[in-house]
Amino acid sequence: MGFIDSHILSLMTFLPLLGAAVILCVPKGKDDVVRWIAAAASFLPLMLAVRLWFAYDRTVAGVNVANQFQFVEQYSWIPSINVEYFMGADGISMPMLLLTALLSFLAVIGSFGIEKKVKGYMALFLLLETGMMGVFASLDFFLFYVFWEVMLLPMYFLIGIWGGPRKEYAAIKFFLYTLLGSILMLIVLLALYFNTTNPETGGHTFNLLHYMAQNSHSAWLKGFDVRVLMFLGLFIGFAIKVPLFPFHTWLPDAHVEAPTAISVILAGVLLKMGTYGLMRISFPIFPDVTIWFAVPMAVLGVINIVYGALCAMAQSDLKKMVAYSSVSHMGFCLLGMAALTPVGMVGAAMQMFSHGMITAMLFFLVGVVYDRAHHRQIDGFGGLGAVVPIYTGFVSLAFFASLGLPGLSGFIAEQMVFLGSFEVFRTLVIIGALGIIFVAAFHLWALQRVFLGPLNPKYATLEEINAREIFCLAPLGLLVMIVGVWPMPVLNLMNASLVRLVDLVKAVS
Amino acid sequence: MFLGNLDSLRYFLPEIAVTATILLLVVLHVVSKNRESSAPGVLSLVGVGAAILLAGIVPPGAGKAIFEGMAAYDAFAVFFKVLTALATLVVILMSMDSRELAGRSQAEYYVFLLSTLLGMFLLSSATDIVMVYLSLELVSIPSYLLAGYLKGKEKSTEAAMKYVVYGATASGVMIYGFSLLFGLAGSTQVAEIGRALAAGKAVLPALLAAVMVAVGFGYKIAAVPFHMWSPDVYEGSPTPATAFFSIGPKAAGFAVLVRFYYTAFAASDPATGMWRLTADVDWPLLFAALSAVTMTVGNLVAVQQSNVKRLLAYSSIAHAGYMLMGFVLLSPAGIQAVLFYLVVYLFMNLGAFYVVVVVSNALGGEDIADFTGLGSRAPFAAVSLAIFLFALTGIPPFSGFIGKVYLFAEVLNRGVYWLAIVAGLNSVVSLYYYARIVRAMFLADPKDTSAILVPAVPRAMLALLVAPTLIFGVYWEPVARLAADSVRMLVF
Repeated sequence: MGFIDSHILSLMTFLPLLGAAVILCVPKGKDDVVRWIAAAASFLPLMLAVRLWFAYDRTVAGVNVANQFQFVEQYSWIPSINVEYFMGADGISMPMLLLTALLSFLAVIGSFGIEKKVKGYMALFLLLETGMMGVFASLDFFLFYVFWEVMLLPMYFLIGIWGGPRKEYAAIKFFLYTLLGSILMLIVLLALYFNTTNPETGGHTFNLLHYMAQNSHSAWLKGFDVRVLMFLGLFIGFAIKVPLFPFHTWLPDAHVEAPTAISVILAGVLLKMGTYGLMRISFPIFPDVTIWFAVPMAVLGVINIVYGALCAMAQSDLKKMVAYSSVSHMGFCLLGMAALTPVGMVGAAMQMFSHGMITAMLFFLVGVVYDRAHHRQIDGFGGLGAVVPIYTGFVSLAFFASLGLPGLSGFIAEQMVFLGSFEVFRTLVIIGALGIIFVAAFHLWALQRVFLGPLNPKYATLEEINAREIFCLAPLGLLVMIVGVWPMPVLNLMNASLVRLVDLVKAVS
Repeated sequence: MFLGNLDSLRYFLPEIAVTATILLLVVLHVVSKNRESSAPGVLSLVGVGAAILLAGIVPPGAGKAIFEGMAAYDAFAVFFKVLTALATLVVILMSMDSRELAGRSQAEYYVFLLSTLLGMFLLSSATDIVMVYLSLELVSIPSYLLAGYLKGKEKSTEAAMKYVVYGATASGVMIYGFSLLFGLAGSTQVAEIGRALAAGKAVLPALLAAVMVAVGFGYKIAAVPFHMWSPDVYEGSPTPATAFFSIGPKAAGFAVLVRFYYTAFAASDPATGMWRLTADVDWPLLFAALSAVTMTVGNLVAVQQSNVKRLLAYSSIAHAGYMLMGFVLLSPAGIQAVLFYLVVYLFMNLGAFYVVVVVSNALGGEDIADFTGLGSRAPFAAVSLAIFLFALTGIPPFSGFIGKVYLFAEVLNRGVYWLAIVAGLNSVVSLYYYARIVRAMFLADPKDTSAILVPAVPRAMLALLVAPTLIFGVYWEPVARLAADSVRMLVF
């Protein structure tokens, strides 16, 4: 176990890539072999993630202290410009690593129904998983950026080749939006490089932890105007990914056109990268600007909650409704983070984790009905509850979790966000809490139109959810319920780090 | 301390190798009955290969002024000799494989190609304005012939004609600028001119000369507004020649641009290791503006193209704009970034053109529509092209990204933020048109789904061009060091 434990993050990151390479060597026509290789290549990281869960020491915080990171791997990569291969985990990245491993595996299983160019699909998917793991494991900004960008290519192809009718438009829109944000991030990244020094060597550095030590910043970087500009550059890059209003317009297109499993990954993991980036990079490096920008962030968060919910209510397409519900739910993350209180911050991280599971369920479920009925019009169904009771059960569970029913994980996260931010932004929180009414409304209304009422005779013989689909949904449903009644294990995982993060930001005021 | 003519020969081995090959090719052309034999191609390969080996055989050290000060033998020159020879080597292989060129006289074609290479060798080491002018013409004239090589094809003839007219105008303006400099300094040595300009106060003539010389060099690197010739030439020329123009003469143009301006209008400052302006002429600002305009025009016009060769022509204009960013910074790191970019650009750009050759060999067309469904018809070529295009866009983990990082980094380090932002936005625009080709290849459904057979040689060549594009995107330390070491220019 020595080798595995000391390289666990690298293994989680690169095993899928290895799987992709193996898949490319499989001769044509052996689609089942390809599927099982992909399943294995994503199952191994999941097993390693389980190992992470048990081996992780929940008492140390990490965030800005190098020797408190766990499973650290640090090697020199490009010595002439001090790029390092530096990976490590703390309470901010742990939930995301676990979520990524779980959702990637389930998404591979969920993709077994793909018949078109299976080899290319699975290879690209595994490449995507490598990029996602790498983002959450990197502690070197350059490395982080490379992984961040590496995800774009497979995502472009996965939407563009295997997507719905408007796939080409959706794919390039996603690509252009994200690249725009990335370029801003790159400029900030390079400006940071030249204006910080590594205290040990005196040279420039890409090490995120050095950036967090405010005394490593040059005189130029200490100027508030400069810091605001750099913070905003990063913020736009991350906001596009979240996506925050008004940068969200790529999301409905991409989510709706993407194949089911890719929507799962998009909503379940990729959106979290935006908020993760804020927690990992923006907040600790620019704590002063974070405090200055807290109110605008909270306002944007509340706009997301309310606007996303209203948009969702207006949709006639079930998948589009679920997509907009993500916009709404990511607003909670931002509100919780902007409050800069321990409870709010933990609530935001909890919302990232919980929404990842819930939205994954929702997209899987939409995929199930779409595969059978070949449309997703909310008004096109009716009374399905009588025909497909198990499916209806899963949908109800996911919908209730999504609207924040007590006893399910969404409730815990949203309540913590409201609790944490109420003292700081009273009015905003009240508006945001009212937004919950809309969230509940569109869920219940959709539930009613699709599953209740008189049976639409067209679907009297609709096929019930099958075993493979249940295999994808059951673990998520179980976790949503467990976390809903007993959230402590997950909270303990991130608590120490997020408290440290809040202290770090608050320390400057 | 200038070396005499005979002593200089030691430092002139690659040029001698190329000259000997050219002479042999001429003899071969006269004695050979079979005009389509591959002997001239093989001979050129051997000659250029020898030139590459000989280029670095004598360590340049601090540099030598050879041929009574007409040229320099330094690390900078050696770098460009190897780079341009490498490009020529790939282009020869591409040409031997091209259907466009089959059936035409082979030996003549390679004579032109190698003469251009000889010109590029001289251009990258020239330290005297007479030498600069002569070698620039030695690059240009065979290039005109290459452009018009498809005799009887209207577009090719038009390309050659345009090329000649633009070239003649540009070099006329440039030589007028040279004459002003000669008048100011009383010497044809670039270094002498630099000293004279630093001492004198003749700002206006110096400015005029700086601008006029910029026309000549700007034409060679196809910077806006001296780029008008390039799309037509790129479209009309045989594709291997287009690939050659997009990297070879462009690289040599950058070599002379850097050497000339950094010697005549700037002086290196030993205290900081940077260069400083001497002649009170703010040419870096001029070129920074040119850089921004060049990349923007190149990218915006590329968006509208439907012919892949034309699209790549405009994209290569845009790339010249990116590289100009490094040129205006007056810092070793800026030049290092340009050199680094040229190395990665060599592989990704030649690679993209190589796929165009493969496709047009098979299908006889180069419109984006012809690439539809290439992903399933010729997966290897299509994936290679996608890699080259994303590398050109500057997306990790491909080498083009690293090239951009070095350029952007130094621009930011020197505080030219507006230029970095312009370049950043341009990268986003460029994604749009590169992705149009990718979309055609992978996302669109083809009408004709028959497989395209790619022969073994082009396959191997593509693999050889893909490899550095991938490897330098992940591990580029040796290239970065090479580029850093090659910044040393001899000033005497």
